[in-house]
Amino acid sequence: MKVLQQTGGLQWAGMALAVLVALTFGGVTALGLTTVVLLLATVVLGIVPQHRKGWLWLLAVAAALAGAGQALLPFAASSLPVMAAIVAIWLGAWMLVAQLADRPRVAKGPGRLQGLLAPLTFGVTLLWLWEVTVRALEVPRVILPAPSAIWARILRSTDILWVDFVQTFVKGALSGFAIGVGAAIVFALLVDRSDFLRRGLLPVGNFLAVLPIIGTAPIMVMWFGFDWPSKAAVVVAMVFFPMLVNTVQGLAATEAMQRDLMRTYNASWAQALLKLRLPAAMPFIFNGLKISSTLALIGAIVAEFFGSPTRGMGFRISTEVGRLQLDMVWAEIAVAALAGSLFYGMIALVERGVTFWHPSQRGR
Amino acid sequence: MRNVIPVLTIVAALIALWYIAVVPMNAQWTQDQARRAGQDISFTELVADTMSQSRPRLPAPHQVAQELWNSTIVEEMTGRRGFMNTGSLSNRSLIYHGWVTLSATLLGFAIGSGLGIALAVGIVHNRGMDASVMPWAIASQTIPILAIAPMIIVVLNAVGITGLIPKAIISTYLSFFPVVVGMVKGLRAPDQMQLDLMKTYSASGQQVFAKLRWPSAMPYLFASLKVGIAAALVGAIVAELPTGASAGLGARLLSGSYFGQTLQIWSALFAAAILAASMVALIGLIQRVTLKRMGMAA
Repeated sequence: MKVLQQTGGLQWAGMALAVLVALTFGGVTALGLTTVVLLLATVVLGIVPQHRKGWLWLLAVAAALAGAGQALLPFAASSLPVMAAIVAIWLGAWMLVAQLADRPRVAKGPGRLQGLLAPLTFGVTLLWLWEVTVRALEVPRVILPAPSAIWARILRSTDILWVDFVQTFVKGALSGFAIGVGAAIVFALLVDRSDFLRRGLLPVGNFLAVLPIIGTAPIMVMWFGFDWPSKAAVVVAMVFFPMLVNTVQGLAATEAMQRDLMRTYNASWAQALLKLRLPAAMPFIFNGLKISSTLALIGAIVAEFFGSPTRGMGFRISTEVGRLQLDMVWAEIAVAALAGSLFYGMIALVERGVTFWHPSQRGR
Repeated sequence: MRNVIPVLTIVAALIALWYIAVVPMNAQWTQDQARRAGQDISFTELVADTMSQSRPRLPAPHQVAQELWNSTIVEEMTGRRGFMNTGSLSNRSLIYHGWVTLSATLLGFAIGSGLGIALAVGIVHNRGMDASVMPWAIASQTIPILAIAPMIIVVLNAVGITGLIPKAIISTYLSFFPVVVGMVKGLRAPDQMQLDLMKTYSASGQQVFAKLRWPSAMPYLFASLKVGIAAALVGAIVAELPTGASAGLGARLLSGSYFGQTLQIWSALFAAAILAASMVALIGLIQRVTLKRMGMAA
């Protein structure tokens, strides 16, 4: 069997076996005609020899699998043929991912997006697996809602989600992030003037950065009240030390030779800072910004568990969990995940523009 | 060791700043009390009072230290429900609450780092896994995972799983990804030259892993374990918030904030900080010993 020796061959064998099981024990009555036909088509497509598997083949397998997955949904029940079909589609998607990952990488042009195909396929498969498992096993809505139910909930309550997003992300997290990061950078510049301060602050800052600073949330709520300023204060406390440590380290990242060059130019402290040390510190500063961006959202959400006005993502999550409205909770989490990823992605994008000279960015 | 004096200076300065901040933060209450009693108080009396309130807005450092001492050693030694009198830890002592949180943290950390290492090995050896799982492992770091904590707790409660396990699951989740990302980096740390050398030795895949990849991943492993255990502790603490758990440092924080017991909040916070610091220090120690025995000590 030559098929077994190529990439994804084992997955193909498993898929063929699972399809066989599904057909033997239930066949068309349990799975529906479309599912069966498309599954068989996938198995047949898998026999194509390695060197002939082009884009057309990938597209055909993807379409067959997607169709089979879609057609299976109404038949989802906890019976052996359906389970076997689920396993078959999962293994088929795995084969597809393996084949996608095995393709030579393209460095330029729209081909660069090829790298996104494998993770996307994987993500879609996971979502589908979630959906079909919830349907097949009839998982109660109060334990795990299906993705389709969550999506319907998101569409139905965009107004609530938007209000919560503004309260937690824009007011709490973003303002705290801006204040904390700004204060840390200014403080780092002050510290930078004195070697004594730097040697003292770096270990202390490193120490404080690993502490569970999120525990200050109840104190901040007590000091600054229930509304967003207390959330912003928690965020400031959380992002300050990671940012400070990274910036101070970054400002020390220049070499003696480079600093000497600045001295031969008779550059002032400000000139050396602007022309040499701040640019050299940028990779470190952006590292700190990335860490802080995730901490900011976490801080703002968790701080709301300790008291908040009747809006905000953390408030919504904790109250809707109490009312067992889990689809709303998942909707909030989806919004938080999207906001967090976009925020991170924006920082990464700016980083690519600012530190284009750094080895970690040049390879792309 | 040349950093000792600067570090001590900074710490002393922080404590001094704290003491100075105590006065304006708590002065309002003292003045209100005095006005109600119809008394005039001098500045020294004001300062003395701000340092010794029972529910200060900002407790003084020595009050926090005293509360920590009272709720650990004194409570266990002399308390009615203390260890000396009943043979079990008192439910009012921070040792008991700290242990509840610590046990969940350690269990979650052990599972999380074990799974993380396993996944990293898979990612390094399987291109399909690398291409499909790795982007999600990185993306998931940008997602506020802690937001899921209340739901996991409540759902597991509904299924009948309570106590240690749900908290440990959240700790697992939080310590998992730092370890995956760090270990993937570490297992890929050997450069082409070293890999080529292994090839000239005709080493098998397992041998390359055991003799080259695994040893060179060690520094990365310890760095990510430090991040992981700190995250696991945060996870365990936050996991105690939503269900109104009765035990654990998170529960102490929450009940303190409900009843305005600031001293309780601050002492729980410091207990958590001490816990985190000592666990990170312990991993640092193991790191130093291991790397020294491997001949990699810096």
